[in-house]
Amino acid sequence: MYRALGDAIRDAEGQGKSLWQVALERESEDQGRSIDDIRASLGRALEVMRSAIGDGMTGELRSSSGLVGGDAAKLFNDAAGPLADTPFRDILARALAVQEVNAAMGVIVAAPTAGGAGTLPAVLTGLAKARSIPDEKVIDALATAGLVGAVIAERASLSGAEGGCQAETGAGAAMAAAAATEMLGGTPSQAGHAVALTMQGMLGLVCDPLGGLVELPCVFRNATGSAIALAGIEMALAGIKFAIPADEVIDVMGEIGREMDVRYRETAGGGLAATPTGRRLAKERLYQIRRS
Amino acid sequence: MVSLLDIIGPVMVGPSSSHTAGACRLGLLARGLVNGTPQKATLELHGSFARTGEGHGTDKALVAGLLGFRPDDERIRTSLQIAEQEGLDYRFEKTTLSDSSHPNTVRMTLERGDIHASLVGSSLGAGRVLVTEIDGYPVDVTGNFHTIALVAEDKKGSIARITSILADHDINIATLKLTRKQKGGDAFMVIECDDSPGEGVRDEIRSLDWVRWARRLDKVSGA
Repeated sequence: MYRALGDAIRDAEGQGKSLWQVALERESEDQGRSIDDIRASLGRALEVMRSAIGDGMTGELRSSSGLVGGDAAKLFNDAAGPLADTPFRDILARALAVQEVNAAMGVIVAAPTAGGAGTLPAVLTGLAKARSIPDEKVIDALATAGLVGAVIAERASLSGAEGGCQAETGAGAAMAAAAATEMLGGTPSQAGHAVALTMQGMLGLVCDPLGGLVELPCVFRNATGSAIALAGIEMALAGIKFAIPADEVIDVMGEIGREMDVRYRETAGGGLAATPTGRRLAKERLYQIRRS
Repeated sequence: MVSLLDIIGPVMVGPSSSHTAGACRLGLLARGLVNGTPQKATLELHGSFARTGEGHGTDKALVAGLLGFRPDDERIRTSLQIAEQEGLDYRFEKTTLSDSSHPNTVRMTLERGDIHASLVGSSLGAGRVLVTEIDGYPVDVTGNFHTIALVAEDKKGSIARITSILADHDINIATLKLTRKQKGGDAFMVIECDDSPGEGVRDEIRSLDWVRWARRLDKVSGA
């Protein structure tokens, strides 16, 4: 796969193609699989994403610790806020839904990881529904998302233990931003700016889950990550350009991750995990897991 | 080389690609060493596997792998009960392996009939795993390919002999890694194959009098 988003954008625009096209062509070459076969795998991923969103929206799931669950349904059903009846609100609910399913040991697509699995399906399926976009186009968008994730894996990291939450939900948001920008008619360059505009807003985000469990704040970070991705998409589609290229923003995410204290890299040694309430809840809830 | 489908995937039971999906894959690799569900298994958890494993279902996922369940199998949630029904007697222990061990590492010691095996493996994140030791021998197995690991005397023509056995069985080699500690010492070989070498291939390799030890592991991830 490409190691620089800049190269993929140059190839795509030089050949009058989309990022998803050059990504699928490169994947086919790399792996010796036909493009149809790769698209079929992405199609199965989309089915699992939709089914996880459906399961999460029922509001009946709880994590093994009991710390998270049921909030996606609240957001979905209660129209009290300023975003009522907008795709924005629906997308936030979808992101919570996937992560609640994940925390309850349900089946999800780790894209890019399990902890950051909410943002990409929420943004893509939410926008597809709002704009009546057919599944074939959503599958194309997943290929663009995979390209961005692969570049981040090569240049920085996709692991909270290595790079903090910016490497998991930050990467998920950047992937969603590029994918949705193209899906809504943006050019490869605009998709690149969407990555940069989104990732700049996620830089420095620490990984600080209570008790080390992929529950809190992970579930909510996927919703706020979706919000930042939507901001990136909106700005990029308006033609706004971010002066630092996406690859350099990704590089700096990697650099910040490497410099980040180990307390903020999934060890539950700092951040929200180390607050008095965070410590108390983790202790009580882990005890509950042992008894169950 | 990163694949699109590694990024948009795997499809898995939550909550953690490293602590759940990766753990399940390590269990599957270990199961392959005893050709089926073991009757006895001791699982020693190191680092983060020991500290946060319960909350992530690492225990359930490892046992699920030993039972032959893949990372997207919802039976992972109830694998500990299923293990009892299937006659798998498992025991978890917390341990501290060497400082250089990855934080998510497990040592599994298995018995099935008169077959014994041990494996040390780590979950590297995003569901990727690395087996670093089998039966006490250092190896380097990712589970992305069907793999043969072997230890042989360092002698001329050994690679040619082994690759010709694979060719005779119509097995294509993807990668081959050979290391040795010193000239004339043991040679360690890890061969990743596109096709699954059967037990017949392993037994043919084992029958060579200069091969000290050989194992085959079926792939547990990748396309």
